[in-house]
Amino acid sequence: MVDRRTLSAVLEIGRDVYDAIVAHARRDHPDEACGVVAGQAGSDRATRFIPMANAERSPTFYRFDSMEQFQVWKEMDARDEEPVVIYHSHTATEAYPSRTDISLASEPGAHYVLVSTREEDTVEFRSFRIVDGVVTEEDVAVSGLE
Amino acid sequence: MAIEVRIPTILRSYTGGEKAVEGKGETINDLFADLDGRHNGLRGRLVGDDGALNRFVNVYLNDEDVRFLGGIETPVSDGDVVTILPAVAGGGLDAAPV
Repeated sequence: MVDRRTLSAVLEIGRDVYDAIVAHARRDHPDEACGVVAGQAGSDRATRFIPMANAERSPTFYRFDSMEQFQVWKEMDARDEEPVVIYHSHTATEAYPSRTDISLASEPGAHYVLVSTREEDTVEFRSFRIVDGVVTEEDVAVSGLE
Repeated sequence: MAIEVRIPTILRSYTGGEKAVEGKGETINDLFADLDGRHNGLRGRLVGDDGALNRFVNVYLNDEDVRFLGGIETPVSDGDVVTILPAVAGGGLDAAPV
């Protein structure tokens, strides 16, 4: 079990990874985009950006393709990485976990990043912990900001 | 010989923190029943009341998703590796599609 008290209350993310997530969300709009940012196990540093296919190809739902997920999870295991960030976009609603997101959240150690693409000119990029059905928003610290 | 079953983080509370456990059986269904004998409650996280695999759990036999094989009745044998991964899913609407 993950102890909520040991989880950091901030997502630290590089500008390049942040931009890549937003670009993926914009590119797949009006469908939801999804993916992972892997990092060394235990480091809490999200470094390796892995955009995933949305097997649902839907504006209101996402699901990783099961075979792609299997390959990516195997690769992370082999590299001693873990999914530090799991991201997806909402294309018509705010960047906040829906009830579906909460009930299906299954990586208690991950930062769940939500991006909303409902406004063309405004970026909504928020990060949450979702553990045992409890949502805790955390700050997002983007490094490499000019 | 036995069947190795890889357990995802979220289900390791049932296996005392173990990342992999061993079991036996003729099918995935048998295997999960066998595991439940030692890891009480694990089967209930994988199989619904209707006896089918939980929609949001992926089960792989070696390198194949068992949904593309025989589902929960997929035959297994000694030396196989079964991997369990929770599906990563969600979305902006509050009702999941049927």
